[in-house]
Amino acid sequence: MTTPTTSRSTGTRATRVIGIAAIVMSAWLSLFGLVLSPADVAQGDAVRIMYVHVPSVWLAYLAFIVTAICSVWVLVARGRVPGVDRVAGASAEIGVVFMAVTLVSGMLWGRITWGVYWQWDARLTTTALLFITYIGYLAVRGLEGSPEQRARRSAVVGVVAVAEIPLVHWSVRLWRSLHQEATVLDTDLDVDIDGLMLFTLFVGVIAFTLWFVWFVLHRARVMALAALVEERSLDEALAERAAEVPAGGQN
Amino acid sequence: MSTPPGVVATARMIAARDLRIEWRARVVTNQVIPFAAVNMVLFAFAVDDTGALGRLAPGLVWLTVMFSLLLCAQRAFAIESADGALEALRVAGVDPVGIFLGKATALAVQLFALAAVMVLAALILYDLDPPAGGVVVLVTSAICATCALAATGTIYAGLAAGVSGRETLLPLLVVPVVSPVLIGATRAVEAALGTGGTAVADGWPWVGLLAVVAVASAVVGALTFGSAIRD
Repeated sequence: MTTPTTSRSTGTRATRVIGIAAIVMSAWLSLFGLVLSPADVAQGDAVRIMYVHVPSVWLAYLAFIVTAICSVWVLVARGRVPGVDRVAGASAEIGVVFMAVTLVSGMLWGRITWGVYWQWDARLTTTALLFITYIGYLAVRGLEGSPEQRARRSAVVGVVAVAEIPLVHWSVRLWRSLHQEATVLDTDLDVDIDGLMLFTLFVGVIAFTLWFVWFVLHRARVMALAALVEERSLDEALAERAAEVPAGGQN
Repeated sequence: MSTPPGVVATARMIAARDLRIEWRARVVTNQVIPFAAVNMVLFAFAVDDTGALGRLAPGLVWLTVMFSLLLCAQRAFAIESADGALEALRVAGVDPVGIFLGKATALAVQLFALAAVMVLAALILYDLDPPAGGVVVLVTSAICATCALAATGTIYAGLAAGVSGRETLLPLLVVPVVSPVLIGATRAVEAALGTGGTAVADGWPWVGLLAVVAVASAVVGALTFGSAIRD
């Protein structure tokens, strides 16, 4: 009776192709990022952090944009689009993970380049606040309530979070403009990028985007299965119990 | 059949009702303001340097108001969810935009009173000597900042109303979003009180920032509040 459910997998031919492509691109990124691309004149090998940092930040923002678009969709449809809601949730989860990768890799890179882990510049501060905001978003997704209620609540947080990005960025920039320090360090992480470095970055962005698509598809399907289990488990447990009772009675 | 009241009339009624409840229960007056005041005293213990306290005063005032926002916003919806008042309003067909604007207005009035008391406390406790011309910047920035805080607090407190675990969830949701308000209000009050070495006129760009944040929060709140509170 439970066979169809247990045999169900979240993989399809498409996800397998995407997964293999992501592995191949990651291997390619490792080869170019660690071996073939040159070290930077000023930063040396530390510049290789860029090949993880830049694709992660791209991926995190891509994930949050996907969450925002899905959130607006959920609000317009008044929460009655469970598939879209699941994509919003899956995308935000992956966004939070890669935002963490961005912050950690950025701080390590900053320590080597600037001499400090943290600079109070607008980009960094906005990213950190955004990270906390999306942790809050995930907490809202975990609240009790019906699926529609949960979808609507988290969509509200998703929309407010996006409205927050320009305001936070702007206010932190204004704030920093008052506190301009006479710094000898270049606060920008920009490096003179040669052709091969740019190509490696490009490979990184493609590899990370493929991972994003792969993760979102699987995660959204896992969420769909979890919802199905929640819906069915009580009915099935009752049916199984009903089937057991007469048998037990005969023995 | 009479026509239902408009958004503004609804907002006015809800705000008057919330303020009347506060007037009778005196939770902000008897509990939140004393809590905020003791914070101002504790800051002095933590910093232990009158000169530094004077320089930090605007930031400390607004940090205290932000913490108090969490308590006041929680309270604003505790009075609704305790006996299903919010559901009753929705069943009665009251416009959610009106509910949002009314509750946010009542919250803004309470926060403004609290901010005024905290500024007074800072003037007395931290030995400040503000320039005479700073009052307009001070009052305008406080109005804009409390409106922005109240709008954001209302969206999230409405969203978390009646849900278990809301006490810990609300700060996580509200604090990152109100960070522009903390930056703007602190800098504006710094200019108004002359604690940051800046002229009073330097406060106006920050008032502008606060006004933009207040309007943006109110618009987003009005658009999304209905979805946030619907069961």
